[in-house]
Amino acid sequence: MSEPTAIAQTNTNTEKTLFGFWVYIMTDCVLFASLFATFAVLRTSTFGGPTGVQIFHLPYILVETIALLTSSFTCGLALLSARQNDKRTSLLWFGITFALGALFLGMELSEFHKLALDGNGWQRSGFLSSYFTLVGTHGLHITIGLLWMGVLMVQAVRKDLSDGLLKRLTLFSMFWHFLDVVWIFIFTVVYLMGAL
Amino acid sequence: MLQKLSKILKLAPLVPPVMFTALIVFIWVYMHHRGMALFDTHGIMATKERNLFIFGLLLSIIVVVPVFALLFSFAWRYREQNTKAYYSPELAGNRRAETVWWLIPGVLILILSVVTWNSSHSLDPFRPLASSNAPLKVQVISLDWRWLFIYPDQHVASINSLYIPTDTPIELSLTSDAPMNSFWVPQLSGQIYTMPGMSTQLHIMADKIGSYRGESANISGKGFSDMVFTTHAVSEADFNGWVQHAQQDGAKLTHATYTQLAKPNTDRGVYTYGFVDPSLYTWVIDKYMMPQTNTTEQQL
Amino acid sequence: MNHFAGFLGRLSWQYLPHGAIMWGGALSFVFGGLAVVALVTYLKRWKWLWKEWLTSLDAKKIGVMYLIISLIMLLRGLGDAALMRAQQATSVGDSHGILDPAHFQQIFSAHGSIMIFFVGMGFMFALINLVVPLQIGSRDVAFPFLNSISFWLFAAGMVLINLSLVFGEFSAAGWLAYPPLSEAAFSPGVGVDYWIWALQIAGIGSLLSGINFFVTIMKMRTKGMNLMKMPMFSWSVLGAMSLVIVAFPILTVTLTLLALDRAFGMHFFTAGGGGNAMMYVNLIWAWGHPEVYIVILPAFSIFSEVVATFSRKRLFGYTSMVWAIWAIVFLSFTVWLHHFFTMGAGADVNAFFGIMTMIIAVPTGVKMFNWIFTMYRGRIRFTTPMLWFMGFVVMFTIGGVAGVLLAVPPIDFQMHNSLFLVAHFHTMIVTGVLFGYFAGATYWLPKIFGFKLNERLGKYAFWCWLVGFVLAFVPLYILGLMGATRRMDHYDASLGWQPLFIVAGVGVLFVLAGVGFQLLQVVYSIWKRKENTAGGDPWDARTLEWATPSPVPFYNYAVLPEITDRDDFWLHKHDKPAKPHYEDIELPKNTGMGVIVAGFAFLFGFGFVWHLWWLVLLGAAGAVVTLIIRSTDEETEYVLTAEEVRKLDAKQERYA
Repeated sequence: MSEPTAIAQTNTNTEKTLFGFWVYIMTDCVLFASLFATFAVLRTSTFGGPTGVQIFHLPYILVETIALLTSSFTCGLALLSARQNDKRTSLLWFGITFALGALFLGMELSEFHKLALDGNGWQRSGFLSSYFTLVGTHGLHITIGLLWMGVLMVQAVRKDLSDGLLKRLTLFSMFWHFLDVVWIFIFTVVYLMGAL
Repeated sequence: MLQKLSKILKLAPLVPPVMFTALIVFIWVYMHHRGMALFDTHGIMATKERNLFIFGLLLSIIVVVPVFALLFSFAWRYREQNTKAYYSPELAGNRRAETVWWLIPGVLILILSVVTWNSSHSLDPFRPLASSNAPLKVQVISLDWRWLFIYPDQHVASINSLYIPTDTPIELSLTSDAPMNSFWVPQLSGQIYTMPGMSTQLHIMADKIGSYRGESANISGKGFSDMVFTTHAVSEADFNGWVQHAQQDGAKLTHATYTQLAKPNTDRGVYTYGFVDPSLYTWVIDKYMMPQTNTTEQQL
Repeated sequence: MNHFAGFLGRLSWQYLPHGAIMWGGALSFVFGGLAVVALVTYLKRWKWLWKEWLTSLDAKKIGVMYLIISLIMLLRGLGDAALMRAQQATSVGDSHGILDPAHFQQIFSAHGSIMIFFVGMGFMFALINLVVPLQIGSRDVAFPFLNSISFWLFAAGMVLINLSLVFGEFSAAGWLAYPPLSEAAFSPGVGVDYWIWALQIAGIGSLLSGINFFVTIMKMRTKGMNLMKMPMFSWSVLGAMSLVIVAFPILTVTLTLLALDRAFGMHFFTAGGGGNAMMYVNLIWAWGHPEVYIVILPAFSIFSEVVATFSRKRLFGYTSMVWAIWAIVFLSFTVWLHHFFTMGAGADVNAFFGIMTMIIAVPTGVKMFNWIFTMYRGRIRFTTPMLWFMGFVVMFTIGGVAGVLLAVPPIDFQMHNSLFLVAHFHTMIVTGVLFGYFAGATYWLPKIFGFKLNERLGKYAFWCWLVGFVLAFVPLYILGLMGATRRMDHYDASLGWQPLFIVAGVGVLFVLAGVGFQLLQVVYSIWKRKENTAGGDPWDARTLEWATPSPVPFYNYAVLPEITDRDDFWLHKHDKPAKPHYEDIELPKNTGMGVIVAGFAFLFGFGFVWHLWWLVLLGAAGAVVTLIIRSTDEETEYVLTAEEVRKLDAKQERYA
């Protein structure tokens, strides 16, 4: 008597959770939109400091971008394998996703570090403050994503790919893809439009 | 004790009507004595803004009167003790009625929108005023917590006192060397913000001789309430006399004396300067736009 | 030595209160808190408190906790108001009143921040939690644990803002803290930082609730309740939560950017350095305007429910009302610039935003007429909620007219930041939002607690509030027209404004009397509760939430109802009840994780305020770790078997 109810309950639960997560992603969109708007207003407020052309190195950013976009692809592969209950392949692809994400983050931190050492830190001008904050907020989301991925991978190793875990892996991959989309905007608005 | 209390409470229903009546009487008497600055206008901008207010108010009354009339008449007629009134519990809509109250307010708002568009343009603070007299330029700098008025063509300046000739368009350029402020002389015109690193504009013209209260209408720190200044609208002759008097005044407003002046201070005194460095206003704005080599960056 | 100093950040003994009034405020909170602790200890109820209330994921209990906090904060906000009125009534000419300017400025900044964030939002979420799941025929919200986190983040924000009273100072930059005044250069102390973090933490709680209730209403309506059969209150909540979802992230960003400016020397809004203070004004109002619609929409729909019930009649123009809600939701994003017409955006921009602002008056007016025509040919009972409604219509219309006038930019040039503006927005928020929530509380608390509130005391409270409000704010409308700006701590005697300020002060005394009656009403009603039991349907009402016993059992509905009509309960309440078919119910287990996460959030905020970076990291890490631990918990729910449900239900009264 209770079994069909339980399954029905789980299905609606998953549906609810996925829907709720989409709504959350919308709020994150608005968050990034506000940061983009701020960046757009402050992009010329260099206060005698450097402009985008002077500090952005497009080839470097291109490598970062390829790393992140590829990680989105590998994440998709990982989720597909998980859905097919192939734990080993899934973990392999998640591992590669993690590595690519970590590479992206490392390169970004390195870029920030260099800027700070050159005296072009976030205190230098309104433009630099908004640059560091917009790109940094994305980087913070990536960090949280990596942490989340790590926790899920540990859970996957220790237990089976239950419905609950699959649901969480789906949520995570939505998040990871979302960050990819945001990066495309950053790449375009901040780097391409800033450096060309 | 409880008896006394319940006696007092019996009077409770009298309290609201008594208090409301008392308020209306008080306000009537009070207004008779005092008048309202926004209605006692002495500047052409303020006069036009007041007229707009009256127009809008009358337009709104078209909606307010039916709302109150219906509310009170229905409340009285359909109170449950009145068993004679019709009772239609399922009456949940009426196309015609609903159309009326979507449309009529809509039309009123449409009228007001047209008025809004036109008046926003004609009363734009940035718009020069038409006049046969030549305009007078004044640069305004809001400080912590005083007002500095610079007359670039006359090379004089004053603190907390703004002399202007009547019937002359005054072109104000405003900035702030302090947090955001708002320049407001209610009897002459509406206000405009003053902001560091930016220059706003306001065009005013006084049509009567008199002294008018000015204030800051945006909080800027603990001395904010002391940022009161007086605008003196005087005849052309008296204005020229004031300028001459100021020019004879020994005080000089250079970058150095200005920097002293700009330090936080709630002195409400009036001061005049006979010489003003002509680059002062622009310099005050520019120091927020580019790093200063001489001036301390701790301003930021 | 350096390391030690770093460890203590900006903490310093200088931040203890100075002067009688500050010590009074601080001590009242400290003693109030200690009194509560003492009482709970004396009654030996700590375990009960923890198990039954603090760790509960039941939306009804969370709602009650929201209500308690918002009422405490209402008292604090009104205390601030009384001090402000006292200052402005006495600080004339040679006298400088009872407060020095810096202190006065902190008080009005606290007043506004508390009233909006902790009273407005708190009271709103209280009613939403108490009513919405019941109204849509659900057992709980979509994400009960998230609901707990939301409440506890709200509580953490409340603790932080009250802590500023005891240790430190509060912002003196107004409830929205415009830069450059709120930047480190002009506000170097901890005040603005307390403001930022109290609002940020509470704001994130609100954002999470926005997501939660949006999903709840979209996904958990009971069988047969399609959207156009849903009660008005739930419709308005859906609209308000949509606004929360889009607007609150803007607040999160804006507060963060200001915090980054202050703590890390960035230049978003600084004067100089490439900062742009106008950007802040735009961002904060892009959030701020939707915010006021967030709080008013549920109030409007409370009136819809109340007028229909107490006129014993269907709501007039249901479809129109729904469209009006969504028109208001959409339009509320197109008007934000009307808060700063005087910043100099130019005639075209000003005119556009002015016109959009006026347009919002149309759907609002439609609602007014629909309410009034609900009364038409009804059988009206003038209970306390109905009185709140009547007071609302009269005052809100007047305040609305003032709003339409302010929407015309050239008129606004003369009224911006004057006491006319202050009177306008207080009219909207007090007679709109607060009167609405008071009506809702009177209407719905019997459902939650099982007994009615004393009518007579409620009526005294209403009249005191109405008289008090009119006395307090009509003088302010006049003062605004006399050229008085807001936030003055002192003015010249020659202006002759003092009599009006004195009348306004008398008004506040009436309001305080009104609150006094409300407190008396609560205490008295609790004392006399056995004589005033409310059945499941004490008002002979129309919507689904009344189809439950009072107080509502923790599982809401023993059997989830199926509905076929709008006002389904009203139509079927006298039908013979069907034999219930019980099934197992899954309910969330209690958990203290919400409290713990919020505790870490509090540490984060406190650390940021005092530049204790180690504490900031600890708070962040702690919150994250707690959430990770929670995510590994597979057993977050328990099952109430059909048999257990049957037994519990048998003890309750039966309703259709």
